[in-house]
Amino acid sequence: MSSVLFDVPGPRARLRHRLYAAIGILVLVAAIGFVLYRFADTGQFEGRKWSWLEYKNIQLTLGEALLNTLKAFALGAVFALLFGAIFAAGQLSDHKVIRVPSMVVVELFRAVPLVVLIFVFHYGVSLGSPLYSVVLGLTLYNGSVLAEVFRAGVLSLPRGQSEAAYAVGMRKTQVMRHVLLPQAVRAMLPAIISQLVVLLKDTALGFLITYDELLDFARDIGSQFQFGRPLVPVTIIVAAVYISMCLLLTWLATYLEKRSRRDKKVIALEKKPAEDVVAAAV
Amino acid sequence: MRVRTLAVALLAGGLALTACGKEGGPGDTGTAPSQQVAADVKVDGSPTFDKIKARGRVIVGVKEDQPGLGYKDPTSGKFTGFDIEIAKLVAAKLGYGDDKIDYKAIPSAGREQALINGDVDYYVGTYTINNKRKEQVGFAGPYYTAGQDLLVKKDDNSITGPETLKGKKVCSVTGSTPIQKVKTDGLTEPENIVELQTYSLCVEQLEQGAVDAVTTDDAILKGYASQSPTTLKVVGKTFSTEPYGIGLPKEDKALRGKINDILDEAINGGAWEAAYKATLGVSGSDADKPVIERY
Amino acid sequence: MDVLLDNLDLYGPGFLNTVELFLISAVGSLVLGTILAMLRVAPVPVMRAMGTAYVTIVRNTPLTLVFFFFALAFPALGIVTADTFGGSAASLFYTAALFALTLYTAAFVCEVVRAGINTVPVGQAEASRALGLTFGQMLGSVVLPQATRAVVPPMMSTMIALLKNTTIAAGFSVFQAGSISANLAERGENQLIGLLWVAGFFVVLVIPMTLLQRSLEKRWSIAR
Repeated sequence: MSSVLFDVPGPRARLRHRLYAAIGILVLVAAIGFVLYRFADTGQFEGRKWSWLEYKNIQLTLGEALLNTLKAFALGAVFALLFGAIFAAGQLSDHKVIRVPSMVVVELFRAVPLVVLIFVFHYGVSLGSPLYSVVLGLTLYNGSVLAEVFRAGVLSLPRGQSEAAYAVGMRKTQVMRHVLLPQAVRAMLPAIISQLVVLLKDTALGFLITYDELLDFARDIGSQFQFGRPLVPVTIIVAAVYISMCLLLTWLATYLEKRSRRDKKVIALEKKPAEDVVAAAV
Repeated sequence: MRVRTLAVALLAGGLALTACGKEGGPGDTGTAPSQQVAADVKVDGSPTFDKIKARGRVIVGVKEDQPGLGYKDPTSGKFTGFDIEIAKLVAAKLGYGDDKIDYKAIPSAGREQALINGDVDYYVGTYTINNKRKEQVGFAGPYYTAGQDLLVKKDDNSITGPETLKGKKVCSVTGSTPIQKVKTDGLTEPENIVELQTYSLCVEQLEQGAVDAVTTDDAILKGYASQSPTTLKVVGKTFSTEPYGIGLPKEDKALRGKINDILDEAINGGAWEAAYKATLGVSGSDADKPVIERY
Repeated sequence: MDVLLDNLDLYGPGFLNTVELFLISAVGSLVLGTILAMLRVAPVPVMRAMGTAYVTIVRNTPLTLVFFFFALAFPALGIVTADTFGGSAASLFYTAALFALTLYTAAFVCEVVRAGINTVPVGQAEASRALGLTFGQMLGSVVLPQATRAVVPPMMSTMIALLKNTTIAAGFSVFQAGSISANLAERGENQLIGLLWVAGFFVVLVIPMTLLQRSLEKRWSIAR
């Protein structure tokens, strides 16, 4: 096995590597041990701090909280994809009157922090239910990022695709709808899904405006006196839920990418425009 | 809607498989005083009361996140606290027993709208009477005279009032009136002010030792102190006045008069004191009886 | 305009704190992220596993949750106390925010660096070894210059995201640009106008960074 940075190890290097491995394991064990010790020492493993999980009403509330998170995610995702498609088309338009405003809108919503956007809708214009502010914020921000993704996807297609389509007599909208967009979406699928993972994670911002989602649940249960204020246990559980949801989505992305790579219909792009966008999906 | 119910049921089922889904709660206490339900009550000229009568049930707006005041137990779903006791007392004197009350949790920001829309018949939940609110809703009471106070650890004798806060870390809710008072009066240094989203988070920080005091209305603080009277105490030196009233639809003067009568009787009889002792009184702090202000 | 001018004492320190939070956690996450990237390409499997585990967990956790943990739950573990950081309450929450931002962003920095190293063909390293270059020479004159081109543009995007993410601290008792609106509300000012000013300042901060990133991306993508 050879990588860019390291040559195939010789006998001495192998010995050194074993030493590093031993040190690595030691550090890891020490770190985990320390955390476990702190947990035990501060009573985080006490039955009382975990007993909230047993109660039916709390389980139902957890279910509701999870559903609220998923609701914000689903609504946000659908609207963001729509917004993205519309504004990508706008940015690619031949008419300056459409192109310039689309670009300005996309740039603006990408530059403003999502927290500030959500605050504008919740505290600034008082939309009422926190769900509206969360979904609208998620839509505008992620929609703008997705617009960039779609646009990059279309631009990365070989010029021959649109030229051929024009040559057989298709119109602009037909070229876009039947030739360019379907291929672009496939090529950009991994980038689109990573942006959806970002969207899923950002639903947690609803916490800041007291939308009843998972993190809000963590705060409520975490401050229950009768369970000894189990903030640490409940954070761990909620984190596990978030991580598994995001991993499922990421796994879906990898699966789709693999499938589309097998698929002959996809055009191999010369460079991967998706990479930068994916990497930037923070 | 059905999909939603199904999904919740499935999730709960999944959880229940691993944990067996206990009913009820660990903190069930049954010390709340019971109320005598009045019969044949008449409130002439009150549209709200007519609505209650037609419905056969009372809908009361309350808080659900203030222990000792208006608090919904997440395990049993039961409402408890001083505000709840007052709501029960009023309902009983209007002719509706415990089993005929529906509680509706409404956060501070939605109170006026809920009363204007008629979503609730009356509202009992740390609702300070002031002139600005009187333009939108009516108030009976006050049933409690609260004031900004300090919650500290039981063994902390260095904080005895607002003037002893210098150099101490003080926590309250972001953008709330109490935190504003701390800032404008310069009660402590700006870098020692902690602003969190809820009082319970502040109390948690107090118990962890990250802050030295939590400040807001004494009623709210007494609620937390009554949860763990062995570790927390309310200083008991209020430095503002917040009369809590029962929120009503603005134009319903008949019901306002009736509820004022009910409260007056409860305060001068023993019912008010019994309600206080069973809830906020557990904190170990006493309270002065309020005086009804009719308008 | 009045909302801005009357409350310059909020806007000034607010944005200064935002920039300060950003700079400190940017340096922190660049260092930690690079170390993590080293772990992820290390020849020792245990180290690779450690790097991968960190990145997988952190990248899939909402930043708000990371904040929640460090600001509210972590003190319960008793590792730090109120007196650890100079004794004032603000410093405790400020440190929590720095930790949250640094640890979270480091995972993304790590991925950018790793992706950058992977864009350099193995043949480049093999050729330099064949020429007898030492490890340092190979890294300094062959691999890193090529990797930088692939790293800098996405790294700038990550840093822009970090700048915007600092506003989440608004919910965790750290005064910065995101908490200006709550303070305006206390003063009875119009929150909408106040928030639009905040948004405007972010646009002014972010757009030049975006433009620089684009131009670098364009210039270097041709050279490759």
